[in-house]
Amino acid sequence: MLKKEELVHLQEMAKKIRCHIIEMIAEAGSGHPGGSLSCTDILVALYFHEMRIDPSNPNWQDRDRFVLSKGHAAPALYAVLAEKGYFPMEELKTLRKTGSMLQGHPDMKKTPGVDMTTGSLGQGLSAANGMAIAGKLDGKDYRVYVLLGDGELEEGQVWEAAMAAAHYKLDNLTAFVDHNGLQIDGSITDVMSPEIIEEKFKAFGWHVIDINGHDFEEIINAIEQAKKMKGKPTVIVANTVKGKGVPYMENQVDWHGKAPTKEQAQEALKALIG
Amino acid sequence: MAKIATREAYGEALAELGEEIKDIVVLDADLSKSTKTTVFAKKFPERFFNVGIAEQNLMGTAAGLATCGKIPFASTFAVFACGRAFEQIRNSICYPNLNVKIAATHAGITVGEDGATHQSIEDIALMRSLPNMTVISPADAVETKKAVRAAAMLKGPVYLRLGRHPVETIFDDSYEFEVGKGVVLRDGKDVALIATGIMVGESLKAAEILARDGIEAMVVNIHTIKPIDEEVLLKAAECKAVVTAEEHSIIGGLGSAVAEVLIEKKPVLIKRVGIRDVFGMSGKPEELMKAYGITAEDIVNAAKSLILSYK
Repeated sequence: MLKKEELVHLQEMAKKIRCHIIEMIAEAGSGHPGGSLSCTDILVALYFHEMRIDPSNPNWQDRDRFVLSKGHAAPALYAVLAEKGYFPMEELKTLRKTGSMLQGHPDMKKTPGVDMTTGSLGQGLSAANGMAIAGKLDGKDYRVYVLLGDGELEEGQVWEAAMAAAHYKLDNLTAFVDHNGLQIDGSITDVMSPEIIEEKFKAFGWHVIDINGHDFEEIINAIEQAKKMKGKPTVIVANTVKGKGVPYMENQVDWHGKAPTKEQAQEALKALIG
Repeated sequence: MAKIATREAYGEALAELGEEIKDIVVLDADLSKSTKTTVFAKKFPERFFNVGIAEQNLMGTAAGLATCGKIPFASTFAVFACGRAFEQIRNSICYPNLNVKIAATHAGITVGEDGATHQSIEDIALMRSLPNMTVISPADAVETKKAVRAAAMLKGPVYLRLGRHPVETIFDDSYEFEVGKGVVLRDGKDVALIATGIMVGESLKAAEILARDGIEAMVVNIHTIKPIDEEVLLKAAECKAVVTAEEHSIIGGLGSAVAEVLIEKKPVLIKRVGIRDVFGMSGKPEELMKAYGITAEDIVNAAKSLILSYK
């Protein structure tokens, strides 16, 4: 059970992150608000509750790793990293601008705290596998987290990697699926259904947990369960709402990859702050 | 001289280096018997990962291992490494400049009987187009062993192009290999034969044949196609003509790389000996080399026609 104060702290942080996301994307004039807002609570739970990290030493060898396989949710990751102190908050305004350390998709060579370069969908789980294997080889106890989109599961490489993670018994690896049900061209079940996601991972030899991806209690319990699981990787299928927290964006496929105008951003911020 | 395939030398070199460099890990995609990574696998089973027939995951896993300080060697056939997994090499390895070595065997048409689907003739073009990538194509077993070591020592992505077919050994153990440094194997002033991989041996043979007709051919071994040794190319261009020779498409490979340098810095007549924009086919390696026009004789003919045109 989370202590009440911590729960409030996480909820407040999530609100802040969502505000940053809206401001950053509005300022950039492009970006992906829908999928950034849907995975915000997962990132907040990882970075502000769970992960063993040291923002003053981003390359610390014993740190827990995080791979944002759905790299287009970069604004959510950048906002979290800035709030953790990996780089100054002012950098957030430079998202997607020429010369910025904050590229449109995560770049481990440019941004402190980014553990893997991603953005081309389907590649993050393989990299996370490599990190988890390295941890086992070196007898280190760090954990590796990776966040995938549900539409991303349509990429074949995800399943190559899913097969391998179970084969190598990577119990130091936990994957999240941000199951918001939408991809650029529409509903995932209309475009190319990856369902039933839980059954597929189970068949690939994973330990599967199904949660509400906006409930910190559930997210953190699932992470705890995953840490106890031996001999198997765990996938946490997080049921989420695309555009979560901004009423006019919620469950609207149009907000996958579109920036709000100044007025729309103001409206979003008002709704978020409440 | 005994004929040894460069893939054999790769397998041996890797197993030797594994002793010395504990961070080396090896990944294969169900072809370890053919790529010869099985030698390493037997010696260091805990550092060997057979990811199955899954080349995209092969490259991605190697990238992840590299972020944690490992030196992964990822092996499969050249056509699958560079073709199937091109975008993984681009986005997960080269863009973040990760320390992954892609050691691909079965390059070129001397794969032989397996035919066109397994004969990579475009891998040099693909790999050298990627920023941060170093591209090495050794000529024989000795050079391969030295190249494997050099690749392990170099920080950043390396593509090692290896062959299936046994080739004559050109170098002895005293040979000094330096990444990015071309090697003049024979001096000459009438024509320069610039070759890579198994075509280095063919070029040496061609130079002998040309000598019988009183033509003095310089022979240059370009084992590193990227970064290419401009200095040695400019020296070669002091001959009145240049013939490039590669077991690869004439589009985008060594011939293109040489032409790119010389057209800007020292224009000279060039002929490219290579696969002329067609796919391969099944057959015995030597017969295929004849059929596709990449033998010593073809290099001789190219050299002579160039000399005729400038005389």
